[in-house]
Amino acid sequence: MEQPNFSYIDALSGGDEAFKLKLIAIVKEELPVEIDVYVANMKIKNFQEAAENVHKLKHKISILGLETSYELAVNFEENLKENSLELKEEFDAILKEMLRFINTL
Amino acid sequence: MMKCIIVDDETAARMIIEHLCSNVDTLEVIGEFPNAMQAIKFLNKNEVDVIFLDIHMPDFTGFDFIDSLKNPPRVVLTTSDKNFAIEAFEYDCIVDYLVKPVLLPRFLKAVQKIESFIPVTETVATPTPISKTTAEPTSKTELYVNIDRRLVKIDFEKIYLVEAKGDYILIKTEGKNYTVHSTLKKIEEKLSGSSFLKVHRSYIINIDKIIDIEDNSILIAKDVIPISRSNRPELMKRLNLL
Repeated sequence: MEQPNFSYIDALSGGDEAFKLKLIAIVKEELPVEIDVYVANMKIKNFQEAAENVHKLKHKISILGLETSYELAVNFEENLKENSLELKEEFDAILKEMLRFINTL
Repeated sequence: MMKCIIVDDETAARMIIEHLCSNVDTLEVIGEFPNAMQAIKFLNKNEVDVIFLDIHMPDFTGFDFIDSLKNPPRVVLTTSDKNFAIEAFEYDCIVDYLVKPVLLPRFLKAVQKIESFIPVTETVATPTPISKTTAEPTSKTELYVNIDRRLVKIDFEKIYLVEAKGDYILIKTEGKNYTVHSTLKKIEEKLSGSSFLKVHRSYIINIDKIIDIEDNSILIAKDVIPISRSNRPELMKRLNLL
């Protein structure tokens, strides 16, 4: 499975360590909240809102350098708009891995 | 020096754009906002040269936001969605379209476009109230919508807002909301012309339910709705102004 990494954050920060730490702190703060909202909408089968949540989560996925996972999220977002749950398991596994990663930081 | 603001509901996204701006001597970030309403209030009192604007935001989309501005400055859209690129070209003020995640080389290209951008002379927009053919008052005072194979009656007088949601419309009433597979154009044809008005390409409101109007937005029940520049004159005409 693709692993979260700092490739994007490093390229963006250009060696600015203070910025890098600040951005990581924000991701650690925002990501669990965004995931909770997504899970809540999935629970009540509000797939249109969940698609919006996935859309928002795509940015966090890309911030954590997950290029292949980003493409999967794009497809899952489209599936949700059609009320299809195809790729849900794979997407949820990505979220789980991201949470595990940020909890080690 | 170009004064710019950043509008995005994600803190991380605002921080990234602000960091990218800090790499450019000609850009000065004078404000950042997590939603469109705060940005509109700021723009009503301050002049800015550039807006970095997220398209996907709760309540107001980036396009709703632009529609609500009288004289929008140069706008650079920031989004995780490539699908809005075509719509973006319909706006003269949109200079560039940045797909997240953004890195410095691509951001610098956007800055070049901002600097070389020549605004198109504003054309007078034609007001688009509910058209004559569709606004003719009908004798009907209710409509029926198909919800889970049931035809549910909704009284016109209870509707305060209809919002376009892609292939669906959201009909908001005092007691309940209904998501229906239909278009704004179709419901326009069904609604009596007397109290309903299209105030934005995504919204039809019941004028009788307005609580207040502030600058480019309307408070109706608990919803804040943008008013398009082109629809504002018709709205003002329909209000019983003192």
